[in-house]
Amino acid sequence: MDQVSLFGIFISALLINNIILMRFLGLCSFFGVSRQMEVSLGMSMAVIFVMTISSAVTWIFYHVFLLPLNVEFLKISTFILVIASLVQLEELFLKRHIPHLYRSLGIYLPLVTTNCAILAVAFLHVDYNYAFIQTVIYALGVSLGYTVAIMLFTGIRIRLESAPIPEPLKGYPTAFFIAALMSLAFLGFKGLFGL
Amino acid sequence: MAKLKSFTNGVLRENPVLVLVLGLCPLLAVSNTAINALGMGIATIFVLTLSSTVVSLCRKVIPEDIRIPIFVIIISTFVTIADYFMAAYFPPLHRSLGVFIPLIVVNCIILARAEAFAYRNSLIDSFLDALGMGLGFILVIVTIGIIREVLGNGTIFGSSRFIFHPALIMVFPPGAYLTIGFLMGILNWWNSRRK
Repeated sequence: MDQVSLFGIFISALLINNIILMRFLGLCSFFGVSRQMEVSLGMSMAVIFVMTISSAVTWIFYHVFLLPLNVEFLKISTFILVIASLVQLEELFLKRHIPHLYRSLGIYLPLVTTNCAILAVAFLHVDYNYAFIQTVIYALGVSLGYTVAIMLFTGIRIRLESAPIPEPLKGYPTAFFIAALMSLAFLGFKGLFGL
Repeated sequence: MAKLKSFTNGVLRENPVLVLVLGLCPLLAVSNTAINALGMGIATIFVLTLSSTVVSLCRKVIPEDIRIPIFVIIISTFVTIADYFMAAYFPPLHRSLGVFIPLIVVNCIILARAEAFAYRNSLIDSFLDALGMGLGFILVIVTIGIIREVLGNGTIFGSSRFIFHPALIMVFPPGAYLTIGFLMGILNWWNSRRK
């Protein structure tokens, strides 16, 4: 994995292996909150913030505690507890020191804990054997990919709100069809920059 | 009779996937072949029934305030067991399910049943409820797996080729979104006709 450049990791996480459209992670929040532009933006900001920090912290936990102590099998339990407590800490920190950011992100932070994309990135950087800096860039790419996907999706969904759709297909079925078409479009990024 | 009801509830009337829209990520990500779908379904039902049983067994001693972290630890223990069991006995399946096995931890169905049902009900009821919900999940994931494999690959459980030319798109990510969209649309149409 060493020969893959940071730029390659970033683009691959952002477009080619887009977390929502190609890897199917974080779908609950993707379909749940994508009804208004501001809410989607707030959620994406919270995801970027939490994902970058938590993947860095889980990397440290894995390489400093779990590997040397030979207890990799505790990976699942450790990561989920680390992420949950980290979100709590970040919430307290924001409330105390950056109140205006807290006002815009506050309500999304608890939701992010149950976003499986956050946990998935923690497992994936272990699987891919990334070094610390690669992990951070990877997490940044993944979370920006989430942002791109959810913003485009929300835009299309709002446009379709007033469209004459057959009654049984309203709501979730239409949302899934939109996602299918977007995912089809993102398939086109395969092979970009020879990745 | 009441016992039977807590069992059948999850299979059809309150199907966790189609009605409650929970646990989408594994449902869409690993349903590209019927065998992967079945493997995922069995792993999920294993974790779901055992963690619901244990939660129900310990419900008198779990303090109200910290119940969620305790649920998560119980669930992640069983997920670790399932993960290592599959790695030892079914290595190809374990490889193709990949990161989605550890991610059973954040499958919303499991935590939702622990919180909404097992924490408040007796051992037998919780066990049956979990079994019903798990079967409901297996039913949907295997159906999607079969549809995608037949249309996308022309096979079923890896054998018996069909004569028509398969549409490869169905095993790619867009196929998953299309299939679930159509399934939900048909279900809505069916429900509205019955009324």
